[in-house]
Amino acid sequence: MNVKAAVCQLWRTYHQHNLPCFQTLRNVCASRRTCSANESDSGQPERTGKRSNFVPVASSKHDWIGPPDRLSNLRPIIYHIPENETPLERQLRHMRQETEDWNHQFWANQNLTFSKEKDEFIHMCLKAKGLNRRDENGRKRTLSSEEMAVFYKDFLDKNCTKHANYNKEWYRRNFTITLLMGRVALHRAWRRLTRRRSPVT
Amino acid sequence: MYKTPCSKLTVLVSAGVFQRLAENGTRGHLCSRSLFQFSASYPREWITFQHLSFLKRQYVIKNGGGLRQRARPKQEPLSAALEDHDDSVVRQVQQVPAIRPVPALPGAPTETPEREGEAQAKEPDAALEARLERQWKELKVDMADLPGVYARLSKIKLTALVVTTAAAGYAMAPVPFDPACFLLASLGTGLSSCAANSINQYFEVPFDSNMNRTKNRPLVRGQISPLHAVAFAAACGVPGVSLLALAVNPLTGFLGALNIFLYTCCYTPLKRLSITNTWVGAVVGAIPPIMGWTAATGALDPGALLLGAFLYSWQFPHFNALSWNLREDYSRGGYRMMSVTHPALCKRVALRHSLGLIGLSCLGPALDLTTWTFPLVSLPINLYISYLAFRFHRHASRDSARKLFFCSLWHLPMLLLLLLTCKRSRKDPEGPALAPPMSPPLVPPVSPPTPHS
Repeated sequence: MNVKAAVCQLWRTYHQHNLPCFQTLRNVCASRRTCSANESDSGQPERTGKRSNFVPVASSKHDWIGPPDRLSNLRPIIYHIPENETPLERQLRHMRQETEDWNHQFWANQNLTFSKEKDEFIHMCLKAKGLNRRDENGRKRTLSSEEMAVFYKDFLDKNCTKHANYNKEWYRRNFTITLLMGRVALHRAWRRLTRRRSPVT
Repeated sequence: MYKTPCSKLTVLVSAGVFQRLAENGTRGHLCSRSLFQFSASYPREWITFQHLSFLKRQYVIKNGGGLRQRARPKQEPLSAALEDHDDSVVRQVQQVPAIRPVPALPGAPTETPEREGEAQAKEPDAALEARLERQWKELKVDMADLPGVYARLSKIKLTALVVTTAAAGYAMAPVPFDPACFLLASLGTGLSSCAANSINQYFEVPFDSNMNRTKNRPLVRGQISPLHAVAFAAACGVPGVSLLALAVNPLTGFLGALNIFLYTCCYTPLKRLSITNTWVGAVVGAIPPIMGWTAATGALDPGALLLGAFLYSWQFPHFNALSWNLREDYSRGGYRMMSVTHPALCKRVALRHSLGLIGLSCLGPALDLTTWTFPLVSLPINLYISYLAFRFHRHASRDSARKLFFCSLWHLPMLLLLLLTCKRSRKDPEGPALAPPMSPPLVPPVSPPTPHS
């Protein structure tokens, strides 16, 4: 829970200056983040820190994908909202945005926890050996890969259930989104076909 | 497996990397502590040239006393014709094809080395943000890029290896060589493999993003959408399996479908749940040569199973050695691999199966797959890989794991080649000890047997 709060804090401080410009953007998805639900209830689109200030060109008709996030290594996507967006398309967009946020939260948490515990482990081992964290040249000491292997095994075993649950949830979301994308694609193809046919009839 | 990361330059801070230059003897050898110091003192064209050979390969090296997983670029030793190279030493490092360097900033474009490293910390926020903004890409499918994207999506090099093993299986079958059937079987196997690999990447997007080895895959980078990837997989898988089932024979089609299922629905999820994924993966690797054999003969003969057993046993020294150096990434990504959770088992299994290869080679003549010379000629390479596996078992380190992995890369093609050269001829006067019931008679048949049973 502490890590989650820390992560939320990081996002908030990172995006504070972003908020005003995003509120005026049409292209920004309006989904809420579960993490920041308790602090924003005005209904304004709340952008998280993982997005930079990037604003796609207004004439662009496609989604945009950004560089990997620092914390989660996942690439954020800014979804394009077409003028005549159908409810199905809106549902798809919300689902994708929500899954992206959920994924980002999990992996940011995971990576932060991993780094933190790795540092603690190294610190503990070095202390047991009677060494400081930094050597004479000021560089951080590292352990050998065999010593680190103990930590890697421990980390995996500790997070076994969490990973299994994430896996299940991720597969479920992935399937649902892909099915919905298929439906949207068929829907669009059908619309294009009927639109082309209607002038003839 | 051997992807050249042409799009990245990594930070060079190693104190021990020296370079040798051939062209400009007047400029002398380079004795700099790092490449960026060198590039600062030489004209642009030198840097360009150095970049080219610089980007050729990535290496993992020792840094001081500790072993780090960071990959550093190595300067190619250009030629021996140098006047003053007494104190320029090219450090011998080995190439680990599967490890990607961790860039200074993710997705950073190619920059001169001066700007990286410590300069990165001093980069003003505005410039950093501007650079990050430039990295936003429109999610538009570029037709020109599609072949490359599909190649990466289907892991074309792995697919090529799979097709090679299937072709070897076909060639080892004791039937006359039918080029049409051979081509159809190879094509069908290739398409099935493409489908399986695409689905695998579709499932693993967030995990691939977090591992250095896999973070440049098409779905991770958003070059195509997940729906597109699934459609591609279906477009490869359905024709592939149908081709095998209808144009070759139903047994081969069944094996192809089974392999796709095992790989996508068993191996891929199991990677995160249990270490048994390695054994399932070994079966997945063993099936293609069996498919090649059944494409030729239409039956599951002991010879087919022996070929499968070769591939099955080979997977363990290959994969266990590879996974030994990726333990940090596996741990962070949540992959349950033997090398992380059961290291002793990992080493034991690699050794066991390397020794098993020797035993399997002896079965070759017993099953009339090969002549009696095969166990003898394959003994040197089998002994060598067993020796490396033994060293890995005794003292598992980065170095011994790397050596074993590299050995496995050439061991398999050599083994297949030796199998083919020692194949028992159908006109062999010794005759088979046990003739499998559905295989053709040894005398040259009047009409060739039809594999399309």
